[in-house]
Amino acid sequence: MSNHSKGRGLQAYAVLYLLFLYAPILLLPIFAFNSGTIIAFPLQGFTTEWFAQMWGNATLRRALTNSLTIAVSASVLATCLGVFATRASTRFSFPGRGGMMGFIMLPMVLPEIIVAMSLLVVLLGMGVQLSLLTVILGHALICMPYAIAILSTAFSSLDRSLEEAAFDLGETKWGAFRLITLPLVMPGIISSLLISFTISLDEFIIAFFLAGNEPTLPTYIFSQLRFPRSIPVIMALGTVLVILSVVLLAIGEYFRRRGNARIGGAPTGGLL
Amino acid sequence: MARFDAEARAGLSLIAPPFLYALVILAAPLLTILAYSFLTDGYLEIIRDFTWDNYVQVMTDPIVRVVMTRSLIVAMVVTAVTVVLAFPVAYYVSFVVRPERKSLWLFLITIPFWTSYLIRVFLWKVILGYNGVVNSSLTGLGIIDEPLTFILYNVNSIVITLAHAYAPFAILPIFVTLEKIDRSLLEAGRDLGESRAMTFWRVTLPLAMPGVLAAVLIVFIPTIGDYVTPEVIGGGKIPMIANMIQVQMLALDNRPLGSALAVTAMLIVAVISVTFLFLNRRFLKVRQ
Amino acid sequence: MTKPKAMIECRDVHKYYGDYHALRGIDLTIKGGEFFSLLGPSGCGKTTLLRTIAGFEDISSGVVLIDDREMGDVPANKRPTNMVFQSYAIFPHLTVAENVAFGLRRDPRGKAEKAAAVDEALAMVGLKGYGARSAHALSGGQRQRVALARALILKPKVLLLDEPLSALDRKMREQMQVELIKLQRQVGITFVLVTHDQEEALVMSDRIAVMFEGEIAQLDGPEALYARPATRRVADFIGVMNFLPAHIVADIGGIVTVDVPGLGQVQLPHSQVSRANEDDEGAMIGFRPETMTLVGAGATHNQPRETNATIDEVVYYGDMTYYDLRLDGVARTDGKSRTVRISMRNVFGRDVQEVGTRTRLAWSPGSLVLFR
Repeated sequence: MSNHSKGRGLQAYAVLYLLFLYAPILLLPIFAFNSGTIIAFPLQGFTTEWFAQMWGNATLRRALTNSLTIAVSASVLATCLGVFATRASTRFSFPGRGGMMGFIMLPMVLPEIIVAMSLLVVLLGMGVQLSLLTVILGHALICMPYAIAILSTAFSSLDRSLEEAAFDLGETKWGAFRLITLPLVMPGIISSLLISFTISLDEFIIAFFLAGNEPTLPTYIFSQLRFPRSIPVIMALGTVLVILSVVLLAIGEYFRRRGNARIGGAPTGGLL
Repeated sequence: MARFDAEARAGLSLIAPPFLYALVILAAPLLTILAYSFLTDGYLEIIRDFTWDNYVQVMTDPIVRVVMTRSLIVAMVVTAVTVVLAFPVAYYVSFVVRPERKSLWLFLITIPFWTSYLIRVFLWKVILGYNGVVNSSLTGLGIIDEPLTFILYNVNSIVITLAHAYAPFAILPIFVTLEKIDRSLLEAGRDLGESRAMTFWRVTLPLAMPGVLAAVLIVFIPTIGDYVTPEVIGGGKIPMIANMIQVQMLALDNRPLGSALAVTAMLIVAVISVTFLFLNRRFLKVRQ
Repeated sequence: MTKPKAMIECRDVHKYYGDYHALRGIDLTIKGGEFFSLLGPSGCGKTTLLRTIAGFEDISSGVVLIDDREMGDVPANKRPTNMVFQSYAIFPHLTVAENVAFGLRRDPRGKAEKAAAVDEALAMVGLKGYGARSAHALSGGQRQRVALARALILKPKVLLLDEPLSALDRKMREQMQVELIKLQRQVGITFVLVTHDQEEALVMSDRIAVMFEGEIAQLDGPEALYARPATRRVADFIGVMNFLPAHIVADIGGIVTVDVPGLGQVQLPHSQVSRANEDDEGAMIGFRPETMTLVGAGATHNQPRETNATIDEVVYYGDMTYYDLRLDGVARTDGKSRTVRISMRNVFGRDVQEVGTRTRLAWSPGSLVLFR
């Protein structure tokens, strides 16, 4: 009886908490379809004009192309580097492993402004032209720890004797990796790509300081927040981005679970 | 011995690409700003004279002190609020939610985190603003006559926004440690005559401490270095340390001072991290 | 008939992990077609030895020969050995048939021939018709069989089995023991089994090497190992053995005369003398529970000597009864008397005796082992 009431109280709290988490996101579509130009209640009327304006905005399209270019390149680079690091740390023991892995994971606990500023100072000092490439380099750096965290789960749940068995059955070391390890960690690799992609797509600070004059989606949004006129379009854009993120995350979760099911494990835990 | 060497070689050659990448993209720039922080700022150039002046200025300048203190206080309050609010949710998902529904709850909790940070921050400005959702609803309902101003463009609104932004960071580590607690321990506590509350206090909470400490760290670090929220919510009028670093580095072009600020911020983060890791180790030791 | 040739030879094999000395001078010859077991507690080096034979571990010094060929630089994928792993290492993303066919990838034979070979291998392990099944849906016993088929299809000269039955429940384990013996006879290749289960080793092996701390303590057939353990430690590890303190009276002309309180004076040939542990105080006489007979209650025997005893404890097991006996003349220490355990088969017409009964114990000097 008391157990039940305790569960009830906690559940009510948890639901309220979820409401708090979702409050801003729930407002997005409301204002995106609101015909009023000022973001405030009461609502005016229904319109899809902001979505049309968004579609017709050339700078926005350029920002989108840039962001996609950066996110795809950075996620591929981060995941490749992550595969190397994860394989090294989960499969081999070597001197300095802890220290080197710790250093690679450092960006996870370093304020982004420091990464961005120090990189910017060096690039300017070296006379390097700021471009999408410099953003890609920065994004790959901050995505790499997340990629490694995801890949580690996939690699360490792998029975080491699987690869040995393949080797024992006459495969080369590379053949054993390609035919056994790679297919089994593939869901992890896909999750890593998706998460890195999502992080890069949403990253603002590094993109803001390292992109030079090229806009990305977050820096474009930031520049528009100052102009009340542009806000409804930003709301429309935000709605699209939220849907895109949810779809990407759902795909990532699907692959993670399929990976678990494939090797007979139970689907537990979340994305992080 | 040969085998050990072969294994070490394989491991080292595998870790080389990501490690070298981190060295070039992270270590080199960090060392550069460390070097900069001991140099003197001149007009349009940096004079290569060793000096402690930048650090002296960081320690003594009243504006720097105000901003540093504000950053620390905001980060601490945000961390405390976030972790305290998050704990019951983590507890609920771990202890009350049925096992097959846990993934769904975690999924629901993580989704908002993956949506555009900038837009989320901006929406809090919309919610809390002078003509925002809260104020227009409350005045519309006749509860208040004048819009509330204490939630507006100030430290309070920064705290609310950041506490929202880092919520999943706090929930997940606590949830993970709660999941690891052997449920029979709790039954044992009850069996030994403890009340439910005392069992929670004497068994659950100490066992969950490593997760709580991890949550504290994982929220504190990004909040103290946050750039966007003070910029968007505070309109640049209530800067935190990240904004100050940026202003010194770019707008005022005083890189040595900016570097000294960055190094100081890193030191503060490092000291706090090490303290918490040390506390965590103590707790883990107690567990064993 | 010619003597079977040596299939595996280890000569003074040493293996270090850093400072840890895992294998300390292993000398071993395993004959062709033999079912050979490496038996020992965990950490004794048996798995390391198996993995050095497979080629997963380099050796620090010494020589390993397989089929008269030195294996020094030959990697695992080029050795004429295949392995059944403790976890079975069934590839979870492949079907049963794909698992079994895995090693045939570089085989020049055509598709149809390979498929026939897979069917044949599956039939051999009793998994006919399982080819299309997904590997992760198999039970423990079935995984074991797939692992066997996958290794045997390559017709290795040696099959290495790393604790292959430890993950199975008792009934399945006993069934697989018999099946493995049959399979080994059928294919006729050398099997090398690693196990910590002495019963399993005794049941299955032609010969057994008992290992402690990186060394082989005794290498013998199952009967010899059980009846004449070479050291006190081996005796402790395999089965149950009773120990009584003994005083050596004389050692003349290959015959040792010992005085054993409780049993009296016995004369034992050197073949019945083994090594004591280093920390043992003085000599010990050891004997197995089933080598002695409780006289009376309908039991008959033809053992030459008898000793008076009192029944201290009776443990009834259905088919067997264990008796703990206090032998007359065995000194009490710390107020407790040293008891010996005797097992008696509960055959028809023989009653179980009661605690406290005065009885006699019949025995033969030939079943004793002296540890000194």
